Amino acid sequence: MTNLSIDVPSTRTKRDYGLRGANAARAVESGLAAAEWYHTDLPRKQMKELMKRSDGPAIRDTAIWLGAMLVFGTAGGLLWGTWWCVPFFLAYGVLYGSASDSRWHECGHGTAFKTPWMNAVVYQIASFMMMRNPVTWRWSHTRHHTDTVIVGRDPEINVMRPPDFLRLVLNLFGILDVWHATLDMVRNAAGNVSADEKTFVPESEQPKMILVARIWLAIYFAVIALAIALGSWLPLMLVGLPRLYGAWHQLLTGLMQHGGLADNVVDHRLNSRSVMMNPVSRFIYWNMNYHVEHHMFPMVPYHALPKLHEAIRHDLPAANPSMLSAFREMIPAFVRQMRNEDYFLKRELPATAKPYREEFHNDPRAVPAE
Amino acid sequence: MSNWVEACAADEVEEEDVIRFDHEGRTFAIFRSPEDEYFATDGLCTHERVHLADGLVMDDVIECPKHNGRFNYKTGRGKGAPICVDLKTYPVRVEGGRVLIDLG
Repeated sequence: MTNLSIDVPSTRTKRDYGLRGANAARAVESGLAAAEWYHTDLPRKQMKELMKRSDGPAIRDTAIWLGAMLVFGTAGGLLWGTWWCVPFFLAYGVLYGSASDSRWHECGHGTAFKTPWMNAVVYQIASFMMMRNPVTWRWSHTRHHTDTVIVGRDPEINVMRPPDFLRLVLNLFGILDVWHATLDMVRNAAGNVSADEKTFVPESEQPKMILVARIWLAIYFAVIALAIALGSWLPLMLVGLPRLYGAWHQLLTGLMQHGGLADNVVDHRLNSRSVMMNPVSRFIYWNMNYHVEHHMFPMVPYHALPKLHEAIRHDLPAANPSMLSAFREMIPAFVRQMRNEDYFLKRELPATAKPYREEFHNDPRAVPAE
Repeated sequence: MSNWVEACAADEVEEEDVIRFDHEGRTFAIFRSPEDEYFATDGLCTHERVHLADGLVMDDVIECPKHNGRFNYKTGRGKGAPICVDLKTYPVRVEGGRVLIDLG
């Protein structure tokens, strides 16, 4: 690892992550909000080739994803009441509670399929599984791309400083996420749009949020009613609960995206992490392990990200060689951030990389992390 | 009132592609469709200030490079979230191998 870290206790700064708080106003005043971000130069012809859409890879992957869910769910159901159902539900749960995260993400960008209705259908299915209102979360993710890890602006920062380890552990099993998602669903279904939601969801879109919440609530009531009528947990093991028992993989991959890295910078090379992964995790995560590349060029579909990585790697910090390596640098950084919120891992750019906004790259306070 | 301005050479724009044209402090996008017709719109996405010329042209759609917002560049009509405001379009004509747009 060639990361550097910054640990300056004398400048500890309390962060206010509220979307209507002091940091939100400061980000706008300082020009950090909706700023111009760094992009690696690529010839237009090459960029067009990388952005090119295709239905084939996503149809294949969606058939494998939903087909595997059908097989594992059916096997788990048939073996229900015996210990033999456990491995099938473990696999089903990861496909439901983790793989749907990346499908939600890619189809939300509209890049997974070439055909718009295919993106829309898979987006709705994946949003339901992840318990993410498809309207609210489309807009929150839009903001995440505009203001990536800008404190007070980005509604999708999953590890705030100081890190809350209890929250992370509970979310390994989706507990807090599902709790908040349920509250939001009930609140939205009652026609209530929160003040925070109003900061990033346009008024014209809010009725759609409410409609989706009502439909989902009806579906969950129907599943619970079926479980009561059958006197069995099985319906809930197939719908709803997998968001808990299958969430662990999406939490692990989600943490790696930005965890422990810089905040309030306008260069994705400094606040995002690319990680090389095993093929199973890459299938579940739909290549979002190339996270710097994705943030820099969000219109490149997931299946072209390995090619994009090769095209621009000379300009990026080295990708972590494994998930283990990412966690080995991240966990100690989280621990340090418990004591000092300003501590972060500073990515070192290769000699071939183009600098951008020197103040973010050449901080004189940087010291080797290890 | 017409105000025709020369934007670029016709062959500067590849088929099913877009280029940026800046004029008097304003920025525009010049499109060439797969049918070899030319169109012009404002150059910045109506959602956020991002140059559409860095985006992807697919048939009659331009996709913004930042948030994947889509417009029909022939009509300017936005095609759903995050686009809430349509794109302004401008009349175009091609004369002697040059693309001209009417800024009105």
